[in-house]
Amino acid sequence: METVAMNQIEKKKLHPHKFTLWVAIASILMMFAGLTSAFIVKSNLVGWKDIEIPGIFWVSTGVILVSSLTIQMALRSFRQREMSQYRLLMGITFVLGTLFVILQWIGFNKLWDQGIQFSGSAGAGQFLYVIFGAHALHVIGGIVALAIMFVKAFFGKIKLYSAVPVEVMSTYWHFVDILWLYLLVFFLIIG
Amino acid sequence: MSEALHVHHDTAVGHDVHHDDHGHHHQSFISKYIFSMDHKTIGKQFLITGIVWAIIGGLFSVLFRLQLGFPGQSFPILETFFGHWAKGGTIQPEFYYALVTMHGTVLVFFVLTAGLSGTFSNFLIPLQIGARDMASPLMNMLSYWFFFMASIIMISSLFIQTGPASGGWTMYPPLSALGQASDGSKLGADLWLISMALFIVSQLLAGLNYISTILNMRTKGMSMTRMPLTIWALFFTAVLGVLSFPVLLSGAVLLLFDRNLGTSFFLSDIVVNGQILPNEGGSAILFQHLFWFLGHPEVYIILLPAMGMCSEVLSVNSRKPIFGYMAMLGSMFAIAILAFLVWAHHMFVTGLNPFLGSVFVLLTLLIAVPSAIKVFNWLTTLWRGNIRFTPAMLFAIGFVSLFISGGLTGIFLGNSTIDIHLHDTMFVIAHFHIVMGVASMFGMFAGIYHWFPKMFGRYLNNTLAYFHFWVTIIGAYLIFWPMHYEGLAGMPRRYLDKSIWVSFNQFGSLDQMITIVTVIVFAVQLMFVFNFFYSIFKGRKVTSTNPWGATTLEWTTPILPGHGNWTGEIPEVHRWPYDYGKDGREFIPQTEPIGANESKH
Ligand code: HEM
Ligand SMILES: [Cu+2]
Repeated sequence: METVAMNQIEKKKLHPHKFTLWVAIASILMMFAGLTSAFIVKSNLVGWKDIEIPGIFWVSTGVILVSSLTIQMALRSFRQREMSQYRLLMGITFVLGTLFVILQWIGFNKLWDQGIQFSGSAGAGQFLYVIFGAHALHVIGGIVALAIMFVKAFFGKIKLYSAVPVEVMSTYWHFVDILWLYLLVFFLIIG
Repeated sequence: MSEALHVHHDTAVGHDVHHDDHGHHHQSFISKYIFSMDHKTIGKQFLITGIVWAIIGGLFSVLFRLQLGFPGQSFPILETFFGHWAKGGTIQPEFYYALVTMHGTVLVFFVLTAGLSGTFSNFLIPLQIGARDMASPLMNMLSYWFFFMASIIMISSLFIQTGPASGGWTMYPPLSALGQASDGSKLGADLWLISMALFIVSQLLAGLNYISTILNMRTKGMSMTRMPLTIWALFFTAVLGVLSFPVLLSGAVLLLFDRNLGTSFFLSDIVVNGQILPNEGGSAILFQHLFWFLGHPEVYIILLPAMGMCSEVLSVNSRKPIFGYMAMLGSMFAIAILAFLVWAHHMFVTGLNPFLGSVFVLLTLLIAVPSAIKVFNWLTTLWRGNIRFTPAMLFAIGFVSLFISGGLTGIFLGNSTIDIHLHDTMFVIAHFHIVMGVASMFGMFAGIYHWFPKMFGRYLNNTLAYFHFWVTIIGAYLIFWPMHYEGLAGMPRRYLDKSIWVSFNQFGSLDQMITIVTVIVFAVQLMFVFNFFYSIFKGRKVTSTNPWGATTLEWTTPILPGHGNWTGEIPEVHRWPYDYGKDGREFIPQTEPIGANESKH
């Protein structure tokens, strides 16, 4: 009876959790809109210093793009009930996500060693740490969620083959991916 | 994030099955009252925490009013309580600024945001749209506990050696960014920022939940335009919060960096105590933009729930349909949009480009249009109604009065030319206390008096309630009306002692009067708090499910609904919520099907 009710509702409109995610995405976007518009305002003031984006951020871009692909494939395998493939792909996504964060960290260190640091006068570098850092935190949030789902897929007994959690997860993952592309392009053009 | 992903399906949709008459699973005290996921309990938690905060924040204003009414006079009792903050019984400058800052912070965020929308969104949304609970009860619970943690941190900042933040509730850098500049900008400011960050998380969790509950979980027949205006107001409130709080969060994060890591987001070319700081290229105005981009929507976050609840209370107690339901919706929508487009009216004197300024003047004055529409509709709802002057009704009428008085002065301030004279004077204090502070408080009181029977199954004491109303409305006007004159004369806000200005000496006795009334009004609020807690346990019991003869769904639940709200099926809705005085009937509940030869509304 419960499942019947649920299916009806799912057909009728967006599942509440997916909907909540979309509103959350709007909310997160507002935060980055705030940060990037602060960047634009400040880049017109005196004492501004531009930076060169370290090449390693291109590598991390590649990594996160591939991870979007793997999570999409994971979702497809889940829908086709190919659970071992689903687990494998989730695992790969998890590893790629983690790799992405590590690469970002290395990128930060490269910049830091070039003398772009927190203290002193303003510049794109200070914004880069904050903005890319905030983005990385959102990726880490996704990684934690991924890890939980991954563990559940191994040990939990799946009673209900509902694709909703996986769909929510993958939507969020694509979102942080696209957000990253936006931020990178932003820094390339305006930074 | 992970919370959103794995929430249980049972609470979300088909809970019907295991809710028979009394068969409720046994809960421990902790899961029933402390870590509860029942939206009604969470609403009450927000309410009671809000009341505690209101007492603290209100007390702060009494203390700094003592200084403003009787500058330099010694009140030995203050030293007993506050030690070196009130050396010799007079309020010390650092203490004064801490009090002003904390009063603003506490009242704006902790009382009128969390306490008001937190309470009533939680309590009313599921009950009025016909849902068993929120879309995600877990997120809902987390939102309260984030708020609670924010509260603990904010309170702890009151007890540290250097005191709490004291640069004003708007926290403008550079003052708030530099520990050398004032005691309040030391640890207190960090705690303020951390507490606010947690607070923002709490508001986001809450807002997400309110929005998806309203859009996804309405009962059968409850189309969007059959929702009570309260729900619409709470919906717009949540949308404003979800889109504006993240921007404040970004400002707070940047400020934390400037404070602790030496960055220059907001700092440039500063000399403090003869010491030249290395920061360059930062912009203090940038913070003001980030702050007011939240700050202005925030004032409507505070006001909209009050507007919604008063619409409801006015209609129920006039025994008449609300006048202009669609116009009310339209104007709330317009307000929600415009709220994002007027923030720079707080910044007319920052050296804003005058052309840009005039755009903001125009947009600001536009807000007066939907505001006036709402006022017109409330007054027309009252017009020739069979008015029942219940305490809730009195507070709702008081709300309309205050909103008119305070809205009119907004039009003065919205003109940048006049604002250059009035900015940062007591005129602004008068404006926003009347239109936002007191008006929203009145909305909150209206809500409490109206829904207390639903919350606790008992009534508040009426005699005390009437006394509460009359003293509060007369007191509020006595306190804030004269401030207009002070401000027009140029008296600045936030000053510790203005007695060296000869021209302001004429206001000496006026300020004393204001302070004395403040003390009285505060005492009467304590009486309300007594009434509140006393009535929870000892109030007259509610004996019918629908004591006010209202049409909305919450009155179709049992007198004290359990988790899940309705014992049987969730009722189906057949009509809008304002069928009062129709076809010779006093009211027709929303659950009643449309009759064969019923007239249209
Ligand atoms: C007709 C509509 C309104 C107009 C045109 C208006 C205009 C203004 C302007 C121009 C200021 C800046 C004054 C200054 O600092 O020099 C101001 C301050 C303020 N207004 Fe309004 N206002 C209106 C309604 C409201 C409403 C409905 C609320 C609250 C619900 C509100 C809350 C505030 C607050 C809190 C401040 C002062 C914040 C601070 O500086 O600490 N206003 N208003
Ligand atoms: Cu404003």
